[in-house]
Amino acid sequence: MSVEPSVDLGAPVDTALAVEVINLSRVFTGRKGATVTALDNVSLTVRPGEFVSLIGPSGCGKSTLLRLIADLDTPTRGTIAVFGTSARQARVNQAYGIAFQQAGLLPWRTVTGNIELPLELHGAGKAARQARAAELLDLVGLTDFAASYPDQLSGGMQQRVAIARALAESPRLLLMDEPFGALDEMTRERMQNELVRICGETGAAVVFVTHSIPEAVFLSDRVVVMSPRPGRIRDVLPVRLGETGKRGENLREEEAFFRAVRQVRELLHGEAPDRLRGVETR
Amino acid sequence: MRQPSFARTALAPIILGLAVVLLWQGAVTAFAIKPFILPGPFTIGQQFGANIDNVLAGMAVTGRNALIGLVAGALLGILAAAVAALARVIDEAAEPIVAALAVVPIVALAPVLYTMFGAGAETARQIVAGLAVFVPVYVNTLKGLRQVRPIHRELMQAYAATGWQATRTVTFPTALPFVFTGLRIASSLAVISALVAEYFGGPLGGLGRSITSSASSSNYGLAWAYVLGSIVLGLVFYCAALAVEKLVNRRTGG
Repeated sequence: MSVEPSVDLGAPVDTALAVEVINLSRVFTGRKGATVTALDNVSLTVRPGEFVSLIGPSGCGKSTLLRLIADLDTPTRGTIAVFGTSARQARVNQAYGIAFQQAGLLPWRTVTGNIELPLELHGAGKAARQARAAELLDLVGLTDFAASYPDQLSGGMQQRVAIARALAESPRLLLMDEPFGALDEMTRERMQNELVRICGETGAAVVFVTHSIPEAVFLSDRVVVMSPRPGRIRDVLPVRLGETGKRGENLREEEAFFRAVRQVRELLHGEAPDRLRGVETR
Repeated sequence: MRQPSFARTALAPIILGLAVVLLWQGAVTAFAIKPFILPGPFTIGQQFGANIDNVLAGMAVTGRNALIGLVAGALLGILAAAVAALARVIDEAAEPIVAALAVVPIVALAPVLYTMFGAGAETARQIVAGLAVFVPVYVNTLKGLRQVRPIHRELMQAYAATGWQATRTVTFPTALPFVFTGLRIASSLAVISALVAEYFGGPLGGLGRSITSSASSSNYGLAWAYVLGSIVLGLVFYCAALAVEKLVNRRTGG
């Protein structure tokens, strides 16, 4: 591994791990008793403040893993702990914020109304909600659109609202399932820059599901490469190209970035590195 | 200039309508068509003007029946749909009944209802209107209550929202446009049913009874004037429901 090992992961870790997944399996049972093993004996830890990407081809169980951590699904075997509690307890405690590929905003609510939604559901006062929403709108750069409705916004802006909503209760863990998957490349890179900045500012741990190798490399402290049928973790690659808050546009041009991209690709394809390298350096 | 001009969108139909009226009058005059076959528009207009008080009174009677039926039928439809959405068993049990109700010519019940509630009461007509309203409101509301997007459901789950919170913040607002679509369809049905129910008896005064009594006393112009009143009443109901639907959909369509 020739990746820059600038591994200084913040404060001494005396708190519980953000996520601890041990020997997790999820088997789906079809109609006629046929079973599909979406996840097979997966173990993974995420430290507080750490950014971990799950990458792999369709059907490798990366979204399933995220949904299990979010307690939107129940594992067949194995255990999940989120900040030292069960996944269910973590969900009830609102220990995490979540964002999906679709923004999933409520079209009948304004941008502010959407960001306030989790606060409202959990009984925050009106003044506190408004103050927090204003803060988050500023963070995602949408202050001018506070009173707009989702259908008046572009896809990228909607996704930023969804991220603001996920951050509303200052969670120490963010779960993101291909949040930029539906965006065009330009918007996508801009959103990645913003996400890195936001993570630097909030210090939240992130579990980030993606299809995109450069996205995973740019954002992550560690990239978890998964393989399909059954879903397994093939390898975990530490990347962390510079301080979270300070990664910028120029990082995408750096040699270290390309090197990490190539490594992830090789792991992903599981092919002989030499042959791939030959293709790539044309 | 992509938007059609005002002249094209508003003026053109008016000119067409005027042309049709003039052609109609021209034909009635030129071919000396007997008024019991088809009176000319001028005669109808004149009768409408001369009997405007009676026509308005008829519209008030029939309109009141239709409105009471609309409100009662809609409330019942929404309530029943909410219950059916909660309990699959009830939905399955109700499905054939609602399907049967949808194909039954509900006005056919009018004579039976007159004997039940007495020929002097408006109740039978209101019930007919209410029954006609119930079906589209029930069907549309039930459909609307099932439209919650999976992502919204998961979001509510991720927020650990209670059942009632999820219903209030996601299910109801999602269903709302469907409810109002049902109400729009029901609005004209209410008027039609209340009016046609009058043909089968009951107290005098409504538009339906006035049409039949004018026609049977050979006062064809007046009969058509009441028909014109019925059209206006139907349009008022429909346009009001359409306006409310538009207002609701403006923010909930996306």
